[in-house]
Amino acid sequence: MENWIRIATLDDIPALGSRVVKTPQGDIALFRTADDQVFALHDRCPHKGGPLSQGMVFGHTVACPLHGWNINLESGEAVAPDVGCTKKLATRLEAGEVYLLA
Amino acid sequence: MQKLKLVMVGNGMAGVRTLEELLKLEPDLYDITVFGAEPYPNYNRIMLSPVLAGEQEIQDIILNDLDWYAQHNITLHLNKKVVRIDRQSKTVHAEDGTSASYDRLLLATGSKPFILPVPGKELDGVIGYRDIHDTHAMIETAKQYRHAVVIGGGLLGLEAANGLALRGMDVTVVHLMPWLMERQLDQVSAQMLQRSLEAKGLKFRLGTQTESLLGEGRVQAIRFKDGTEIPADLVVMAVGIRPDTALAASAGVHCDRGVVVDDTMQTYAPGIYAVGECAAHRGIAYGLVAPLFEQAKVCANHLARLGIARYQGSVTSTKLKVTGIDLFSAGDFSGGEGTDEVVLHDAAGGVYKKLVLRDDTLIGAVMVGDTKDGAWYFQLIRDGKNVADMRDHLMFGQSHLGNTGHQGQDSAAAMPDEMEVCGCNGVCKGTIVKAVKEQGLFTLDEVRKHTKASASCGSCTGLVEQILASTLGGAYAAQTGKAKPLCGCTALTHEEVRKSIVDEQLLSIPQVMQQLNWSTPNGCASCRPALNYYLICAWPRAAKDDPQSRLINERAHGNIQKDGTFSVVPRMHGGVTTPEQLRRIADVADKYQVRTVKVTGGQRIDLFGIKKEDLPQVWADLDMPSGYAYGKSLRTVKTCVGSEWCRFGVQDSTQMGIDIEHALDRMWTPHKFKIAVSGCPRNCAEAAIKDVGIIGVDSGWEIYVGGNGGIKTEVAQFLVKVKTREEVMEYVGAFTQLYREEARYLDRTVHYIERVGMDHIKQRVVEDAAGRKAMYDRLLFALEGAQDPWAKQNLNPREYAPLTL
Repeated sequence: MENWIRIATLDDIPALGSRVVKTPQGDIALFRTADDQVFALHDRCPHKGGPLSQGMVFGHTVACPLHGWNINLESGEAVAPDVGCTKKLATRLEAGEVYLLA
Repeated sequence: MQKLKLVMVGNGMAGVRTLEELLKLEPDLYDITVFGAEPYPNYNRIMLSPVLAGEQEIQDIILNDLDWYAQHNITLHLNKKVVRIDRQSKTVHAEDGTSASYDRLLLATGSKPFILPVPGKELDGVIGYRDIHDTHAMIETAKQYRHAVVIGGGLLGLEAANGLALRGMDVTVVHLMPWLMERQLDQVSAQMLQRSLEAKGLKFRLGTQTESLLGEGRVQAIRFKDGTEIPADLVVMAVGIRPDTALAASAGVHCDRGVVVDDTMQTYAPGIYAVGECAAHRGIAYGLVAPLFEQAKVCANHLARLGIARYQGSVTSTKLKVTGIDLFSAGDFSGGEGTDEVVLHDAAGGVYKKLVLRDDTLIGAVMVGDTKDGAWYFQLIRDGKNVADMRDHLMFGQSHLGNTGHQGQDSAAAMPDEMEVCGCNGVCKGTIVKAVKEQGLFTLDEVRKHTKASASCGSCTGLVEQILASTLGGAYAAQTGKAKPLCGCTALTHEEVRKSIVDEQLLSIPQVMQQLNWSTPNGCASCRPALNYYLICAWPRAAKDDPQSRLINERAHGNIQKDGTFSVVPRMHGGVTTPEQLRRIADVADKYQVRTVKVTGGQRIDLFGIKKEDLPQVWADLDMPSGYAYGKSLRTVKTCVGSEWCRFGVQDSTQMGIDIEHALDRMWTPHKFKIAVSGCPRNCAEAAIKDVGIIGVDSGWEIYVGGNGGIKTEVAQFLVKVKTREEVMEYVGAFTQLYREEARYLDRTVHYIERVGMDHIKQRVVEDAAGRKAMYDRLLFALEGAQDPWAKQNLNPREYAPLTL
């Protein structure tokens, strides 16, 4: 069964920014892009585990704060030529409320 | 919608690179058809020599395999030579009758070897050296025959000769000119090259003109103008290439030393473009890979109908490796009237360097053996920089004091594969070589992207470039002429962007991006922090400081560590603290279970392992100002105890440091900025390796600028000597503001001064009194009312508090 959990309002996340969501399974990074889409990834860069939530967001990409790997927010894949993937989670935006698929 | 049809004639490196660039920009705009006269997909022509020499196989040098064409839905006609373009019906026709119609036509027909018009040139065994077919022919001939003659003592000829010798043939190189590679080398360096090739068994006939090729059916001998003859079972003509314009010319496309193109790579015929060796741009047909790839990028931009790129020509230097010998040349190295030559010649050591100067500028350089400073010399030549104050050490290359991380190695050829080149990212020589060969890399940027070598501190750049050059084997164009754009999101340079921000009074990043036609919606992690700095520097308080365009350290006001925690460094002006402050720091360290308490190099205390959500409370408990240890900003003012305590001290350096730190606190700069003040010339505060170093002498203060103790060890240069505290403030403030206004983002003072020259700094800060005052005032205006980012009222709670389920 699908279990959507309300996490925040859109306004809780700065545009071109992110928030960390603390969960028992580890930190989740919640991103908001300039076009007001919301994406969620595990907060670990596939390179050396850097917290992606602390990175800079541009387009649908985040740059890891530790060594600058670029990670695609839609897929969690590292942008070529780097290779790696971080797990993504489904999000839904409804009437200004952000939901995460648990 | 019906897709447009793009037909490309020619399937070589420049053409396919154009398609790659086009597919990146507009993957779905065209149905693409490619005609290649050869039976192979796009391969790396530069690597034919290693194939001939037996070091690599054909499959190793394929750049785009057949799958690549299939993946991108490109219709590929191999082995089909296009013989006719019908411009009326917009159709091309191949020899075998295959035809294709186009909306846009891209000519990438490359070039042909020039065949000397001598009797016997049609005989079997007389070939050029251009493609896989020629290479195969040479390999097969070497199996059956003994005598090879290579006509042409240029790079290509020497590589052919070397390969044939390695395949067991007896090889003679015939060259019309008195020395080898006369366009890249002077006589001395050419003779060094010749001797080392002779040691490998090659023979040379210099200053020799070919009269005819003799034989029936197959060539048997070559006769020279002086009447002598030598046996020849194979004759390789390597006397130059000519743009292959036959097809274009037959279709009435304007040709003159190549298919003539404008700055958008369009020919004079509507809808027809040309790139690569066949194209003549402003009268020049280029033959090196870097300019051709630049053309490809511009052409793709126009094919994608973006219409914003221009190709404005390239300045090239040649860095070559001929059969294991490193060579470099650039500019006008022949010397002559009105020029001076500086020469270093160690014949036994195999090193030769010649620098040619005119009126205190470097105009040419040629080097054998030790070529690591080639890129630097080339830069000096291109910039036309005045080298008067470095003439005495120019020959010894760029200062390599701070060039750490690779065990002092600076010769690529001598390095074993497993030796570390890039100490920042742990990249070995073998990794770079492998990436260059397997990924088909051609430029320093590409090597950086793929291997990370020299992508961090950059001190090994010269070495990485050397490895790239020696791996590519053939001609490698070190750099091209244009100033580098700010980042991949724009074609504009740092200076152009800054000028627009000032002239057009731009106040926010979206405004800049819109006004200057940024190619990405929100820039990237390179341009956003730079733009943010340029805006707040140009328009203090008026421009909007955008926290989302600052990297995490400046956004959170702490230093992120490898585990995602932060470190906290409170400010201690002049490195002076009190027992009361130390008690508070100790209490905070206990309360938040700080794992490491470390005294920094800048005379402060660093608390490690603080969780981000704890930062605001840590700062509140400390009740000390932010030390800005995380920012592109004023870091620390290091001092010695000076005349207050020291028996040698002649000035109160401690108080001077405290005063400066108070005055310049909370200042943003292009990169981190460090100051030190010493109370006497013993200089215990190590002021000579700081961005600004102040040294007290009995009669006043000496001010030094541009020192650096880290990324590039450099001793600061003397700026001025002054008498009073007020003068120190004004001169230091003015220099700092000049650096803030003119340095590119992420340039330390040492890089900035290297670029603009110490004369410029002295003129602006020392000689121009009114200008100095104005700069100092601008700095004070910018700093007025700056707030401590750690103060509670200045915090953005969203930044620190996590969300929960």
